[in-house]
Amino acid sequence: MKKKTDQVLLDRLAQAARTGDISRRSFMHFAAAAGITASAATGLWGTSAAANPTPGGTFRWGVHDGNTSDTHDPGTYVTRQMIFLAHTHRSYLTLIEADNSLGPDLATSWEASPDAMQWTFELNPDASFHSGKPVTAQDVIDSLNHHRGDSSTSAAKALLTDVTDVTADGDHTVVVSLARGNADLPWLMTDYHFAICPSNGDGTIDWKSGDGTGPYKIDSGEFGIRWELTRHDGWHGEGAYFDKVTMLVLNDPNARQTALVTGDVDCVSLIELKTLALLQRNPDISVDNIPSGGAITMPMFCDTEPFSDVRVRTALKLAMNRDEIIEKIAFGAATKGNDFHLSPVQPYWPEDIPQREYDPDQAKSLLKEAGQEGLSVNLSVADSVYTGAVDMCVLYAEQAKAAGINIKVVREPSDGYYSDVWLKKPFSAVSWGARPTPDVMFTLAYKDDAAWNETRWQNERFNELLLQAKSELDETLRAEMYHEMCLLMRDDGGTLLPFFNNWVYARGKGVKRHEQVAASWGCDGARAASRWWFEA
Amino acid sequence: MGDILGLVAKRLGMGLIILLVISIIIFFMVELLPGDIAQAVLGQGATPENLAALRKEMGLDQPAVLRYLHWLSGAVTLDFGNSIVTGASVAQTIGERFANTLFLAAYAAAIAVPISIVLGVLVALLRNSIFDRVANVATLTSISSPEFFLGYILILYLAVKTGMFPAIASLSNDMSFGDLLYRTFLPALTLVLVVTAHMMRMTRAAIINLLASPYIEMARLKGTPPWKVIVKHALPNAWAPIINVVALNLAYLITGVVLVEVVFVYPGIGQALVDAVSKRDFPVVQACCLIFAATFILLNLAADVGSILTNPRLRHPK
Repeated sequence: MKKKTDQVLLDRLAQAARTGDISRRSFMHFAAAAGITASAATGLWGTSAAANPTPGGTFRWGVHDGNTSDTHDPGTYVTRQMIFLAHTHRSYLTLIEADNSLGPDLATSWEASPDAMQWTFELNPDASFHSGKPVTAQDVIDSLNHHRGDSSTSAAKALLTDVTDVTADGDHTVVVSLARGNADLPWLMTDYHFAICPSNGDGTIDWKSGDGTGPYKIDSGEFGIRWELTRHDGWHGEGAYFDKVTMLVLNDPNARQTALVTGDVDCVSLIELKTLALLQRNPDISVDNIPSGGAITMPMFCDTEPFSDVRVRTALKLAMNRDEIIEKIAFGAATKGNDFHLSPVQPYWPEDIPQREYDPDQAKSLLKEAGQEGLSVNLSVADSVYTGAVDMCVLYAEQAKAAGINIKVVREPSDGYYSDVWLKKPFSAVSWGARPTPDVMFTLAYKDDAAWNETRWQNERFNELLLQAKSELDETLRAEMYHEMCLLMRDDGGTLLPFFNNWVYARGKGVKRHEQVAASWGCDGARAASRWWFEA
Repeated sequence: MGDILGLVAKRLGMGLIILLVISIIIFFMVELLPGDIAQAVLGQGATPENLAALRKEMGLDQPAVLRYLHWLSGAVTLDFGNSIVTGASVAQTIGERFANTLFLAAYAAAIAVPISIVLGVLVALLRNSIFDRVANVATLTSISSPEFFLGYILILYLAVKTGMFPAIASLSNDMSFGDLLYRTFLPALTLVLVVTAHMMRMTRAAIINLLASPYIEMARLKGTPPWKVIVKHALPNAWAPIINVVALNLAYLITGVVLVEVVFVYPGIGQALVDAVSKRDFPVVQACCLIFAATFILLNLAADVGSILTNPRLRHPK
């Protein structure tokens, strides 16, 4: 009986591996659960997996958003180009796998104390820097401390405010102590700022040299122009099929596209949506349109008339035809929102919450119930929020007319939009970058006392759950809590969330990738250089 | 000859004074730029504490006048200080970029100057002919189109459709000189198209202007062939305005090529300046502006000296 179940499970696993639905790591995990030894599972993966990467070649990668004034200081990483470079020449404690689960990078395993106030990371003893120096606990401690303390200039300081101490327990064990329990700490370690750099031995790190523990080492390069990298033979991870990587900064969208079309580069990190359809017709180019965690939101002040009535808020949410907005404004490069700020590619996304659809009739009757028939509201927006943001609001205003709602679109100046309009006007449009976990996002913008609580939403149950979930180590319980929080946001919250914008990038002829790609950043979680390969 | 040297020395002295005034203007204009560098460096996630820490580290808490004097004393010895964003030396940061820009400008000038002067002489010779009209219409069309548009047209026809030249002018250290010329041909050609009309039409106008002079009439009457009238008699007297317009266009080739650099992803100084402004990287912005100002002053000086040398009346003042 057991044997039969195992066989069914194995067949399904093999099927999933063939179609690329699971990563190698998940495959090994489930195979172990089915009682197979690691070596047998490795063999099985090899015969099942859809793609067989071949090593070799120089990967010419055209990336956007590079600046002459970038630096190797992980605390001030800000441009996309540096994020791509960081994931190519440096490593992190943990990483986001191609299936968007959490996986090991420099840390092979991690464990929390029962109250989630102390986390222990075991480092990979084989990991080394490009200089040849092995990675020790001291390097990790100093790299994390680079983002802590009063004198730190790191932009990621806020993520580590709860950390009270980082200590070593032997050469390859790091212990992080927290003031409050946080079950998400291993997820936070994937943040692009927390790259591990060599320690100087005096508590500081050597970030200037550009030394790292990543799959490729820097041969030469210039900020804002180009980088030449060669494979790091001592790399501790899997992949890194290319011999060399050339990263070219191509800030101009037309230059990027032309370079790809003429074959001057093998991949570009961002495609202009206007020309997406044209590019898709080119048989030599594969366009990747991958959902992200970045979102467009339209916050309404829950303490201001008329939005203080939940029926009005729901009516406004029902009055938007998201499909039409995604088709016409985002050119199909977006994933439908459901009025809670958690994207399908992020951890704890509740898949069984029904999608809110366009329903002007129901919106009308809700408004009638609330005594707000013929509602008239102002919606503030600026061009800089999102390409086509003003058009999006105008389209929404048209759609809302069917529900008898009159939305007046107020076009605000782009300069100073986030200081003069956002958090000041009761109904506006906002663009949000992805945050690694729901806890970070919710604490930042939905918690009752958050400085950026853009909807001024006060929901007792939500705030109670948020605190509970933060230190809950039981995954099932935790998923249930986030499920309930998402429901509360969707049905009571003040955020209308039209869509999550997608990563849109393109590969030239012969560049292959696995079926699944990570969605934490564009180009396979910014790890294209170590995860992709050239067709043999 | 001594007069000339004295004149050059006087002009140089004037240039230095102008440069000093410009340096004051540059420094305090940059001070007026809105926004805060620490904010720009740290981005959206910055807290007030790390903003303050970074500002102190960059010396932004000192008064502007003090920082100006400090900067000026360094600039005199070509030490423009360190970039506040990257910490690297400014001279090093923009040195290579400036060399790239000079190379592209020289490349474009080497094509554009002979072509426009020869064309100018030819159209003056054949004025009001079909050739004159065609040359004028073609060069006026190219000067009337924005650089980036010309660039895209060239990319479309010479890179995407025919694949004759690379669409992006990315440079690497191990390139041969021939390879370099090939890779940067499209941006150079764009610049040539932009500056040719101005120089050609100025040459044409200067020569035609002179053709009405009595001494040209004299030359014609004694039976000199038309090309010789122009090359031997008209051109020497037309040099002064031509040199001036060439100098002006050379200055433009160095300081006005930001758009061309962006379109072809050419690592020149214009791109560095734009990046620096967006990052509030004052030392880099100031150094770039000062270099541009010095370029203009030097080229104008060269134009003045050049027109004096080609004009005996100015060479031997009464």
